[in-house]
Amino acid sequence: MKVILEHLTKKFPSRNRKSKEEVIAVNDFNFEIPDGKLIGLLGPSGCGKSTTLNLICGLQMPTGGKILFGDDDVTNLPPENRGVGMVFQNYALYPHLTVEQNIIFPLQNLKGADKLTKEQMKQKAAEAARLVQIDHLMERKPNELSGGQQQRVAIARALVKIPRVLLLDEPLSNLDARLRLQTREEIRRIQQETKITTIFVTHDQEEAMSISDMIVVMKDGVVMQIGAPQDVYDDPTNLFVAKFLGTPPINVFEGEIKGGKLLIGGQEVLSVPGAADQEVYAGVRPEGFILDPEGPLSCRLNRVEVMGRDISVISQHDAAPGVMIRSIISAENQVDTTGAEVRFSLKPYKTHIFNKATEERVRFDIA
Amino acid sequence: MENNNRKGWLYLLPAILFLGVFMVYPLVDVFVYSFEEGYNSASQTFFGTGGYNYSYVLRDPYFLQALKNTLILVAITVPLSTGIALLISVLLNSIEKLRDFFQTVFFLPYVTNTLAVGLVFMILFKKTPYSDGLVNLIIQFFGAKGVDFIDGPYAAKMFVLCFYTIWIVMPFKILILTSALASVDQGLYNAAKVDGTSRLRIFTRITLPMISPMIFYLVITGFIGAFKAYSDAVAIFGTNLNAAEMNTIVGYVYDMLYGDSGGYPSYASAAAIILFAIVLTITVINLLVSRRHVHYS
Amino acid sequence: MGNQLEYELIEKKARQRQRIRRIITYVFLAFWAVMVLFPFYWMVLTSIKSYSAYNSEYIPKFYTLSPTLQNYVDAFTAVPLARYFLNTLIFTVATTVLMMIVIVLAAFAFARLNFKGKNFVFVLFLSLMMIPNELVIITNFVTITNLDLRNTFLGLILPSVTSVFYIYLLKENFEQIPDNLYYAAKVDGTSDFRYLWRVMIPISRPTLITITILKVIECWNSYVWPRLITDDENYFLVSNGIQEIRENGFGRENIPAMMAAVVVISVPLIVLFLIFRKKIMAGVARGGLKG
Repeated sequence: MKVILEHLTKKFPSRNRKSKEEVIAVNDFNFEIPDGKLIGLLGPSGCGKSTTLNLICGLQMPTGGKILFGDDDVTNLPPENRGVGMVFQNYALYPHLTVEQNIIFPLQNLKGADKLTKEQMKQKAAEAARLVQIDHLMERKPNELSGGQQQRVAIARALVKIPRVLLLDEPLSNLDARLRLQTREEIRRIQQETKITTIFVTHDQEEAMSISDMIVVMKDGVVMQIGAPQDVYDDPTNLFVAKFLGTPPINVFEGEIKGGKLLIGGQEVLSVPGAADQEVYAGVRPEGFILDPEGPLSCRLNRVEVMGRDISVISQHDAAPGVMIRSIISAENQVDTTGAEVRFSLKPYKTHIFNKATEERVRFDIA
Repeated sequence: MENNNRKGWLYLLPAILFLGVFMVYPLVDVFVYSFEEGYNSASQTFFGTGGYNYSYVLRDPYFLQALKNTLILVAITVPLSTGIALLISVLLNSIEKLRDFFQTVFFLPYVTNTLAVGLVFMILFKKTPYSDGLVNLIIQFFGAKGVDFIDGPYAAKMFVLCFYTIWIVMPFKILILTSALASVDQGLYNAAKVDGTSRLRIFTRITLPMISPMIFYLVITGFIGAFKAYSDAVAIFGTNLNAAEMNTIVGYVYDMLYGDSGGYPSYASAAAIILFAIVLTITVINLLVSRRHVHYS
Repeated sequence: MGNQLEYELIEKKARQRQRIRRIITYVFLAFWAVMVLFPFYWMVLTSIKSYSAYNSEYIPKFYTLSPTLQNYVDAFTAVPLARYFLNTLIFTVATTVLMMIVIVLAAFAFARLNFKGKNFVFVLFLSLMMIPNELVIITNFVTITNLDLRNTFLGLILPSVTSVFYIYLLKENFEQIPDNLYYAAKVDGTSDFRYLWRVMIPISRPTLITITILKVIECWNSYVWPRLITDDENYFLVSNGIQEIRENGFGRENIPAMMAAVVVISVPLIVLFLIFRKKIMAGVARGGLKG
C-alpha cells in the first residue's frame, strides 16, 4: 500500500495558558511512501516523529493536510477503519491475556463478512506467531516473557490482521544492545517476507540506517531530508542532517571560501570550484581524512586508538574549538605518535560545506 | 543491646497499653460474655454458661427483622453503588473540562456528618401535616401517588435507607475507581483502538480486567461496611429503630447494650459474634470467587 | 472513488457519535452532581427561611425572598449547640493529639529500633487490624461504665487514641527515610528521641498531616461511641446533639432551626475539605475507610 502525506500539519494549543503560541509538532510534511518499503522516521526526541506516526494510525487527527493510503483519503478516519497495525514503544501487551489471546485480540474485532471462526483465528494467530518465531510461547502471559519475546508478540499482534500499513514506535528502545541488533534484522526479515509497507520511528540513526529502504530525518516538526540511507549520509542537505547521521559523528570546522578554495584556520585545505565566497562550516567525515605528511590540514595530535582493522587518530584544531577531531584511517598506515602534530589532506566527496548563517549545504564541483 | 530492648518496649508501651485494654481484652471478653447465661449487669453475676444467648438472639423477632433489613440493604446497595460508581468513574475519566470540579463535588458526602445530612434527607422524604415533602411532590407531579417514606410502608422506608447509604458510600468508591482507571496504561487503549476494538469490548476485555483488583477490594469493603450499617438508619429514622422496623444488626447490638431496651451485654455479644461470623464467611467466599476472576499484575 | 464516499460517511458518523457521547457524559455527571449538591442546597435554603414561611409552604419554594438569620440565633440559644460544638472540638483535638503521640512513638519503635520480640508484636498488631469495632465496643462500654467514666471526656477519648492502621501507615513512611541519616545523627551524638523529633517527624510531615486530617474527620463525625457513653447533654458531641435536637429540640418541629444547626455542624469539615482537597483525597485513597 502506497502512503501519501500531503502538507501534513499538526499544531497543539499552547500548554502554557498565558502565551497563546501554538506548538507545531509536525509542519507541512510531504512524502510519498512507495508500496512495500521499510521507512525509518528519524530525529531527536521531540522532533515530531511520533506525532507523525500517531497521525498516520489515526490516534491523533491532523490540523492540516492529508493522508492517503493508495487512493483512499483516510485523513480524519478513526483508527479502527484504517487497517493499520501498530507496535507500541512499551509493546502495550494486554497483561491479563496469554500470548495467543493477545494475538487473536484484533481478529475478534472483525465484523460482518470479515468475521472469522475460532479455528480460523487460531490458525492465523499460529501463522503470525510462527513468522516471528514465538509459536512455542502461546500459553504464556506477557510478564513471563523476556523483552525481546514481548516485542515479537507485539509484532505478531500487529501483523495478524494483515494490515495495509505497519507502524512501529521506537521498536528497539526497550531492548538491550545485543537483542537490539538481532531484533532489527528480524524486523527487516519480517518486512521483506510480508511486503507490508512499514514505517518505524527511532532516534537511533544507526538503527534507521541499517535496515530502512528510505529514511526521513526530522527536526522540530520539519522534514530535513528524505532519501535512501546511504544517499542521505553521503549527501546531507544541511548541517543538522550531516551531524545527526554517522558514528563517529562528522567533524565540523569553522572556515571560509575564498576564490574557489576552502580555508580552515586561514590555511587553504581543499579546492572547491564553483562555490561562492562566504563564511562556512566544513564538515569532514571521520573516513574523509588522508594521513599525509605534506597535507594542508595540521592538527595537534592527542592520541591514537588502535581498533584492529582501523586506527582512530584523535587530534585538535583551533578552527574546531572545544571538540576532538576523530579521523579513521586504515591500520595499514603508520602514525608517528612521537610528534605533536599530525597532517591530513581531505577527500572532497567526504567533505561537506555549509553556509555559516543558514547551515544549508554549499555545493562545489568535485574534479 | 539490652538497653535498646528496654527502649523499644518503652516507645511501644502506650500503644500496647491502649490496644490491650480496649482491643485485646474486649475481644476475649466478648466471647466470654456471649456464653454467660442470665448475666445481670447491675450485680454483674450470671447463673450458667452455654449457648442460650445465641439461641435467644436467633429466635428474637427483632434480631430476625434486623438481619432481614441488613441483608436487603447489603444485597441492594453493594452492587448498585459499585456499579454506579464505576459508571461515574469511567465517565469522569473520559472528560477533561470540569473534571476537577466534578471530582470535588462527588467527594463532598465523605466529609459530611452522617447524622446531620440524614436529617436533610428525612425532611426531603417525610410527609408532614404542613407539606408532603419535596420528593412526594415530585412524584405527584408525574402523576403517581405519594407515599410517606419515613413512617410509611416497609418498601418505601427501605428505599430511603438504601438511597442514603448509596449516597454516603459513593465518594469513596468513585475516588478509588477513578484512580484505578487513571493508572491503566494508556498504551493498551491505543493498541486496542488501532486494532479496531469497539468501546464496549475495550471496556469488558481490557478496562474491567485491569481494574478488577480494585473492584474486588471495593466489593469486599462494601460488604463489610454495609453489614455494619447503623448510623445511616439512625440518621433517617431516629434512635428507636425497632419501632420503625428499620433496625440493623449493629443497631440490635447497641439496643441490647444500652438505652431503653439495654442492659443485656450477653445478648449483644452473641449478636455481635454472629455478625462477625457472617461477615467473615462472606469475605472468605469473596476471596475464593476472586481467585478465579481477578487479574493481579 | 466509491470508497471515498464511504469513508466520509464513517468519519461523519464517528464525529456524531462522539458528540452524542460527550453530551450524555456531561448530562449524567451533572445529574449526579445535582444529587450530591441538592441536599446541601436544601439545608442552607431551609435554614434561612423563617419558621412561619417554611410551614406555610405546602409546596416548598426553591428560593426565598426574605432570608433570615433568626434560625441560627435559635440554634445557638434554644438548644446548647455551642456546648455540643465545644465538646466536639475538645474531643477532636484531644483524641487527635493523643493518638498522634501514641502512634508516632509506636511507629518509631517498629521502624527504627531493634529489640527482642519486635517482629512478633508487629504481626500481632497487624492481626488486630481485622477486628471490627462492633466486637470490642461491648466490653469497652462495660469497662468505661465500671471505671465510672461515663459522661466524662476521658471516657469518650480513651478507646480511640490508638489506631493500628495509622501506626502501620506511619511505620512504612518512617522506613523510607534512609538509614544513613540515622547513623550520621548517631555519630553526632543525637539521642533517639531528638532524632525522632528533629528529623523523622519533619520529613514525614505530609503523612502526619494526612493522618491528622483523616482522624479529625473521623472524630467530628463519630456517633456510636459517644451515644453509648454519654447521656448528659453537657457531654454530647455534635452527632448526638443533632439527634437530641431532632427528637426533643426546639419544643416543636422547628425544621428551619434544625437545618441551621445542621449547617453549623457541616461547615467546619467542608471548609477543611476545600482547603486540603488534594491531601484528603490522596489520604483517603491510600486506605481511609469511613466507619
